[in-house]
This record gives sequence, structure tokens and C-alpha cells, in this order.
Amino acid sequence: MTTLLDKRLVFVTGKGGVGKTTVSLALGLAAARRGRRTIVCEVSAQEHASRIFKRAEIGFHEVELRRDLSAISIDPDRSLREYLELQLPVKAMSDLLYKSRIFSYLAAATPGLREMVTIGKIWELGLNQRKAKHSEPYDLVIVDSPATGHGIGFLQTPRTFAEIARVGPMANQAKTIDRQLTEHERTGVVIVALPEEMPVNETVSLESALSETVGVSVDAIILNALYPKRFEEAEETTLREALGAAEGGPGAVAIRAALSQANRARDQHRQRARLGELTSAPIGELPYLFAPAIGVEQLELLAEVLEQSGAVGAPR
Amino acid sequence: MSGVAEILAGKGVCICAGSGGVGKTTTSAAIAAGMAARGLKVAVLTIDPAKRLADSLGLPELGNTERQVDPALFTAAGIDPGEGELWAMMLDSKQTFDEVVKKHAPDAETRDKILENRIYRQISNALAGSQEYMAMEKLFEIHSEDRYDLLVLDTPPSRNALDFLEAPKRLTQFIEGNSLRVFLKPTGLGMKLVGRGTGVVFSVLKRITGLDLIEDLSEFFNAFSGMVGGFQERAKRVNELLADERSTFLVVCGPAGDPISEAVYFHRKLIEAELPFGGVVVNKVHAEGAVAVEREDLLAELSERLDNPELAERVTDNFVDYRALTVRDRANIRSLTAEMNAERVIEVPYLDSDVHDLSGLLAVNRYLFADRTERRALAESGG
Repeated sequence: MTTLLDKRLVFVTGKGGVGKTTVSLALGLAAARRGRRTIVCEVSAQEHASRIFKRAEIGFHEVELRRDLSAISIDPDRSLREYLELQLPVKAMSDLLYKSRIFSYLAAATPGLREMVTIGKIWELGLNQRKAKHSEPYDLVIVDSPATGHGIGFLQTPRTFAEIARVGPMANQAKTIDRQLTEHERTGVVIVALPEEMPVNETVSLESALSETVGVSVDAIILNALYPKRFEEAEETTLREALGAAEGGPGAVAIRAALSQANRARDQHRQRARLGELTSAPIGELPYLFAPAIGVEQLELLAEVLEQSGAVGAPR
Repeated sequence: MSGVAEILAGKGVCICAGSGGVGKTTTSAAIAAGMAARGLKVAVLTIDPAKRLADSLGLPELGNTERQVDPALFTAAGIDPGEGELWAMMLDSKQTFDEVVKKHAPDAETRDKILENRIYRQISNALAGSQEYMAMEKLFEIHSEDRYDLLVLDTPPSRNALDFLEAPKRLTQFIEGNSLRVFLKPTGLGMKLVGRGTGVVFSVLKRITGLDLIEDLSEFFNAFSGMVGGFQERAKRVNELLADERSTFLVVCGPAGDPISEAVYFHRKLIEAELPFGGVVVNKVHAEGAVAVEREDLLAELSERLDNPELAERVTDNFVDYRALTVRDRANIRSLTAEMNAERVIEVPYLDSDVHDLSGLLAVNRYLFADRTERRALAESGG
């Protein structure tokens, strides 16, 4: 049975602010550790990867972050240019088209064209025979997708575009890409969620929209930043009593912090149970990290958790 | 630090902006509820399908028109809103776009042509910026009906808060599509004027995109041509409303590094665009570890107090974890107050439970609406 990390293309989706970039990079690290040549694509010019790996801006280049792990930030304008160059072997022609204002108007005016060339670039990265010059193939392409709302739309882009353009090379390519996106052996979809009311709701509706509207099934839900259960209920009572008797001072502050943590952990574990009931994909969990910021060290830790998780890595 | 009530005094429009996942919907609803509790007639326009929030406001569903929240809910929460009313609606951007087309179309034929055009059906759903623009459009429409004292707009979830500010420009530029429209009539006067170079571009373009697409676009822009003026005029007035002295932007963010830098960036952009900046609401601020103490001392104190060394150890470790977050949040908020008047930064602590009903919203409001003295009292009570 193939696991998520054995696929060629993995889309990491979810609501804004749930940690898609973190999960994408952690998945990338986990795959690289298995010796899979992996690239993580950012699509919204956020340059998170360059910050975390302390690189200068990554931009529209394949930058190797470490052995078997690269990153690229895909910019629609550059993708469009590359697309034209690939379609029009005569450089003068693609230059003419790219530079003419008319073409940029067309690109701005055609719904989905910018997203289409972005997906086109992602698809190109995952080809055995890459089209871009001087390029090597990747075993795995991980996509840090735009936030949902736009998220389903992003995966639907090829189909929508094929419907709009109907005929011509772009429409044909869009159809090819759409077929591959819905090929379960090849393409995987991960939803990142948080153990809170709204993100859980959004995950539930995203899972059904992905299968009903786009026709892909979700490989895994990654429940991110889950609080550890640190205190038993009986202990909470002890703490509450101690607080009642206590005067102020550091001890009282620490006990209040413990009670808050217990409360939130309980809420979160309730949401986790709800997520399990309302969705059908396997759920992998990542712990909340009490770190001021996510750096490479934290990603390594998360990658390890993911590798061991049945939802993602499942030891082969 | 001033509270939301002072920031919103005399304002008719409050726009809550910020990137996704920072509690924008909750903050918008809390502000609207708080102002209604202070006797104003308030409407909140939300984008996220915050279903449980709608449920908790006693609204079985939110539609593209406003619905009133039952005043009994306020009474039950121990609040007498007096003349105050709270209304809520959820924006349907496709429907709003259709309404705009119906309003501006010169005749029924043009209207139907647009509504049925495949390009239109895509942009009204998918074009980047159309959801943002339609939110402003709805805001403008309700505002011009002059039925409320205050409108609170929860902006669409996007990675970049700036998408919102650029939406009218992007959408009108798209609809104008001037050069494109000229070019798309290959037999018209435009073709003769643009000359041979364009002819080559056109034939190359056809090879790539296919002719159908170009024909659909041509039809779309031709149908829209009679409405461009109306759209431009409308966008101009929408922009005027956003820039009005009775409007204000509240930037909503979280306390971690990225959301804070985005808030700083957005604040700069608002100033640059000469749009009225009201303040920043920082949600989920960690304050649990806000006391200086050595680990050993704390452990000793807790061991004695709890009479359970193992539990004391865990409580201590937990405290140390939260203190790291508290220190981080303080440092991030300092970088925010270095950018702007500290009076304009409102902190809401990380509450013990998720907010999803009216009493939860009112709990948030203890912080959003607290003035200087109340804030000090809250801090001292450790609440």
C-alpha cells in the first residue's frame, strides 16, 4: 500500500492560520529523510520557507534547503513567462507576446489563467521528463496551497479552465492535469486543522467539498497544535482548592496557568473527538509546541511525529 | 490604551481587517454586540460561514439580507441594550455581484447576456478580489440606506490583508479592460489602429488559448462596455466611503511574529492610502506567565502549597512553557507599539475557552471595551 509520502504530488490545504506552511515543510523533511527527492512549493509569495530556513528570498528558483529537500515560491507572472517560452519555441515570439500589454490584459482578464499557470508549474515540477531547462525530476512535490475558500478553487482550477478555454493547447494541458489531480495513486490531499470549533467545521465541509466537487479523496487530516493533557480532573480540583486558599504571588499565577491549560486541553480534546466523528480521512496529530517561533529544530520534531503517524508515514 | 467604544465614538462604519485565522469574525461580532449593548443600532456583515456563531445569535441561518438578533438574548445575558439593536448578515458575493449587474445593466438583454456569460459566471465566483469588492459594495449599499448607527464589516479571509484594499482597483481595471476590448474586436476600428504587431500577437495568442476563449471574452467585455462608467462611479463612491472621517479600520491580528508583522505592514499601507486607521486588536495574547520568578523558588512554593511534589513539578513546567509564550507576546506587542500610538493597541488575552455564543462575545468585550482604569483592574484580578 502506498503511503502519502510515496505519492508524486501532495496538496496541503486548510483554513488560514492553521499551519499549512509548517505542515508542508515538516512533510517535506519527513520525505527527504526517507531519501525522496522533495520540493515544497509556496504559491502566495509569503516566503515562509526562506524565513524558517534563514535563506535569502527563495523566489522562482528551485533552492536546495538540505539534502533531498528543495523549495520554490511560485509566482504567476514568472510561471506565465515560462509557460509561454515552453509553448513557443521561438524566443522572439514568446518575448513579443509576454511584453505586449495585450497579453497581460488577457492574463488578468481570463478567470483562472494565473492560477492555471501556477498549477501548470507545479505539475511540471512533478514530471519524470521535466520541461524546464537544466532541471532534474523530483520524487515528491508538496504544495502549500492557498487558504480554503480559495483552496477548493485552486484544485478545481484545471477543470474550470478547461471548461472556459474549451479548445487549444492550454485547454488540453488543463485536461491532462485535471486527470492527474484526481488520480489517487499519484496525487494526495492533506487538510490541516486546529482543534477549535471553526477550523473543525471548516475541515468537515472542506473534506466533503473536495470529494464531491473536485473528485479527490482526502488522504489525511493533520490536527495541528494539539495541547497535551497535563492534568487529571482530580488534580484540577486540588489545584482549584489550593488557589482558593492561596494568597497572590507566583504560586497563584502558576496554578492559574495550569487550570487554564487544563481547560483548553479539555476543549481541544472535545473538538478532536468531534473531528473524528464528522470526517472519514485518517487523522494525524501534531503537538502544540511551546516555542516562541517555528524554526528548523521544531520542524524536525514535527517531521518525526508525522513519520511515525499512521495517517501519513506508516512505516513500510 | 483606549477601548473600542472610544475608537468608534461618532463612527458609522468599522472595517475589521486582517489575515486569516486571527479571530476576525469573532472580534467583529463582539464589537457589534458591544456597541448594540451601548444603545446603538448596529449591523454586522460577516463573510465566514460562522454557523455556530449564527446559531448562538439565535439566527437559524444568515442570508444576504440582515436579520435581527433577538433582544431577549441580551436580557438573558444581563444586559439592557435600551434602544440598541443587533443585526447580522452573511455576505453572498455571487448574489451581490448579480444584484450589481442587474442594477447597472442598461437593458434586459445586456443583463441576461452578462448573467449567462461563462466568463462572468467564473469571475463572480472566482476572480481574486471579487469577494472583497462585493463586501465593500454591500457595505456601501446598506450604508446608503441609512438604517443603522454603525456597520461592522468582517472582511473576507485572505492570506494578505492588503487584498482587501486593492480589490476595487483590481476589479474596475478588470471590467474596464480597455485595450483588451479594442483588441478583441479584430474586425473593428481598433484593429486598424493597433496595427500589424498586434495581428501577430493575436495569431500567437489564438494558438495558445484557442479561439473560443477569445470569443467569450469579447462577448463579455462588449456586454459590459455600457456599464463600465457605472461601475467606475460606484467604485469611486465606495472608496470615498472607506476614506470618510466617519469610517475606521481596525486591524485584527494574533500575537505571534508573522501576524504582528502583517499588522504593522497593513497599518503602514492604510496611512499611505490615507485611509482612517482606528487601532489594532491583538487576540489571544498569552499573559499566563506574567510574573518573574526563579524556577527553583516557584517549585519550592508549589510543593509546599500543593503537598504533592510531582504535581508541583508539572505545574512549574507548565508555567515555564507559558512564560516563554508570554515573553514572546510582550516582545511582539512592543514591536507593534513602536510603530504606532500604544493607545491604539487593544489586547485580548487568550481566554480559557473558545468563543461561540453571545455570552462568550460579551466576555471578550470586557477587554475590547475596557478603558484605562478597567484594564488595570482586570490585570490585577488576573482575569
